[in-house]
Amino acid sequence: MGVWQTYRLRMQRKRWRIRAFRKRRELSSVVNRTAAIRRDDILLFCTQRNERLRLPYFLEYYRGLGVDHFLFVDNDSTDGSLDYLRDQDDVSLWHTAASYKRARFGVDWLNWLQRRYGHRHWCLVVDPDELLIYPFCDTRPLRALTDWLDASSIKSFSAMLLDMYPKGRLDAQPYREGQDPIEIARWFDSGNYTLKKNRRYGNLWIQGGPRSRVFFADKPAKAPALNKIPLVKWDRKYTYVSSTHMLLPRGLNQTFDEWGGEKASGVLLHSKFIDTFSVKAAEELERKQHYAASVEYRAYAETLRDDPELWCKWSEKYINWRQLEILGMMSKGNWA
Amino acid sequence: MSGSVGIVMLVHTALHRAEQVARHWRAAGCPVVIHVDRNVARATYQRFERALSDDPGILFSPRHRCEWGTWGIVEATQKAAEMMLDRFSGVRHVYLASGSCLPLRPVQELVDYLAARPRTDFIESATTADVPWTVGGLDAERFTLRFPFSWKRQRALFDMYVEFQRRIGFRRRIPSGLVPHMGSQWWCLTRQTLSAILQDPQRKTYERYFRRVWIPDESYFQTLARKYSTNIESRSLTLSKFDFQGKPHIFYDDHLQLLRRSDCFVARKIWPRADRLYQAFLTDSDGAMKRTEPNPGKIDRIFAKAVERRTRGRPGLYMQSRFPQPGWENGITASPYSVFHGFSELFENFETWLARTTGARVHGHLFAPERAEFAGGQAVINGALSNSAAKRDYDPAAFLTSLIWNTRGERQCFQFGPRDAQAINQTIARDPNAQVSVITGAWAVPLFRSNRNFAELRKEAASLQRIESKHLDILRAAQAKARIRIWNMAEFIEAPMEPLQTILGELGSPAPRHLAEAPKMVDLTGFGQFLQNLKNQGMHPYLMGDFPVDQGPATPSEPARKPYLVR
Repeated sequence: MGVWQTYRLRMQRKRWRIRAFRKRRELSSVVNRTAAIRRDDILLFCTQRNERLRLPYFLEYYRGLGVDHFLFVDNDSTDGSLDYLRDQDDVSLWHTAASYKRARFGVDWLNWLQRRYGHRHWCLVVDPDELLIYPFCDTRPLRALTDWLDASSIKSFSAMLLDMYPKGRLDAQPYREGQDPIEIARWFDSGNYTLKKNRRYGNLWIQGGPRSRVFFADKPAKAPALNKIPLVKWDRKYTYVSSTHMLLPRGLNQTFDEWGGEKASGVLLHSKFIDTFSVKAAEELERKQHYAASVEYRAYAETLRDDPELWCKWSEKYINWRQLEILGMMSKGNWA
Repeated sequence: MSGSVGIVMLVHTALHRAEQVARHWRAAGCPVVIHVDRNVARATYQRFERALSDDPGILFSPRHRCEWGTWGIVEATQKAAEMMLDRFSGVRHVYLASGSCLPLRPVQELVDYLAARPRTDFIESATTADVPWTVGGLDAERFTLRFPFSWKRQRALFDMYVEFQRRIGFRRRIPSGLVPHMGSQWWCLTRQTLSAILQDPQRKTYERYFRRVWIPDESYFQTLARKYSTNIESRSLTLSKFDFQGKPHIFYDDHLQLLRRSDCFVARKIWPRADRLYQAFLTDSDGAMKRTEPNPGKIDRIFAKAVERRTRGRPGLYMQSRFPQPGWENGITASPYSVFHGFSELFENFETWLARTTGARVHGHLFAPERAEFAGGQAVINGALSNSAAKRDYDPAAFLTSLIWNTRGERQCFQFGPRDAQAINQTIARDPNAQVSVITGAWAVPLFRSNRNFAELRKEAASLQRIESKHLDILRAAQAKARIRIWNMAEFIEAPMEPLQTILGELGSPAPRHLAEAPKMVDLTGFGQFLQNLKNQGMHPYLMGDFPVDQGPATPSEPARKPYLVR
């Protein structure tokens, strides 16, 4: 990579940082408990809109892994999730009514909060429908992972998005508050992913899974990206570029080995495709606040009208992280 | 009583765990001297010291700054060891441990074990020539270059200075009488050996030398012990596993059973928050394990595998944290597979026959323009891989490697031909797992048997011939690593069973089951004339070899069946 390219990426990073700084005005603090954050705490950053139903399990799950403090941006929810979050002792909450799209799908807001509160902390950035799975997550807390990453001088940890879906119609089994969504969306595609290296940012671009198989069978290039780097030892100089798909400086995107070995990685179980989805899809289509003119949601809406089933004979039923490891969805790397 | 085994503990973090472990050693009567890294804040240190001040068997040695790979650690060890020998006259063995070490077996067992070997020094110590332990390409050079810069903090300077010394051919003189040895930092030495090292009249000379050696804590005692010990057992009593970067593996709660079975006296490094481990091993000696020689071998496997996974990975797997550059895959695909080119054109129901004969999974043309023809006409196959041509052609290599990965344990066969999407050819040719069998020119058979206008046929024949010829160039290139066999059609139908048998033999199905039945070749009567007609139209089909025009090909229309494959 030439000097010119390095310079351009550097300028781009500064631009995103300035943008995040400007966008901070859109956030108004609802409750700020960040004074309680201690030096080594693991922080979770999340933008949410009308996810009241999912939040209890989401918080329970990540508290269980050992997240110490949650920083939420509420994008103008109308379902009471704001009040719910306000009452949680380990949550700091900001509210905004501004455009999700114009904040680059929330990235600007979170970049700002991370810059402000995430410096020198391990920061996890996930959506309310994403559950992090990492090697040994059933026996070792998240802190064991971050300690190990620290000891290995690794600053970022990748966890690709794994779309989970139920067997049968998506809306067959309603989701109850506090329930583990994976009880319903138990199935996934294990071996139909494509990877490409993004030369510019040095990250991998992963596509595939059920969304590509069902919604984008004829136009796979348009299928959504599944690569994510949600866990980063944050420094105020860093920025996410596009969702949590990639970061700058680009060295943080090097979460994969190019010489034959495997680095440690995890998976984000993505439980979007349950009964709440069709409502969500319709609403998002209306709001047009999603990526690429919500092309994804348009594709969903079309397909879902006829046959909302993602399950197929070769779908794999989720058991645990070891299964994902054996299937090659994630890796222990040299963590033993 | 004053114990016969003294423990020197080097501590730099997780002081509460160090305190717990120190008390555990003390409970068995072992005196303890603790060195706390100078980098620990004074207040923290004082609190720690106060907490342990009630026990006269625990002393604190003068603090030094201990940075990885530098002399400070050795100096700290020297001071602490001197204090141990001075103040506890009953000590016969001194055991060097760290704050993150955890005794796995009852301390009394260690005491007894050492008491039974009063003259033995347990210190891993090998010459650099003999072991490939080192990381970063510095082995013998650790002893012959100077290392004034910190590897952790001043990496650029460190590397530059090493390079500079290499350039000018600088070599330090090793003090006479010393043969550099290295090994694990964690040793257990007898009073005799240790005091000989510490009271050596030449200690100043040696120190001056080792101060500038790289990672002296792995070589100072290891080298000098060779000078004085009468009985070295070159191994460490501390179980400690290192990963490929030379950093110790860490033990967690879920290693409990593993550690129980390790039979080692002491393990490091333990994650400070591994409550279950501390709880399990720091309780009373009731949970005593069987008395056997320490044998870390059981744990070896699991950590060796971790290193292997990190450095070599799983062949044929492409995923978010393994995406090898071309040439570094160590196995483009996960397991062997077969590509048949031209066979299904030449034989009737070749796929069915092949599946029946070999038990392998036989697909049609996986790269057919319309869709991937999975075995049994399935729309989706293992791993939820779809048969959509658009998806396949979006990344053909990923399609193939995914298919082979998803079906690990089952041999895959598929048909290929010039009509198919050709983008995959380079990948297959480069792949040692591919068994490619080609009958050139067989694409002409379906044309010959079709009922289409000749002008159309001629055009298509020309195009197919061109494509196949390009494919053959790839297969014949020097870089091709696949197991490739190429026959032209004329040559193949002379004696079809012989090549078939070879291919099947390689396919690995245990001695092809009764090949009572051979595949039936299509009727080629008039094929020669067909080719001649093409020639007459100015399109010269040459890939199929020579077919005489007169009475059709010189093959029996009924291929001989029995004699070949019955073994």
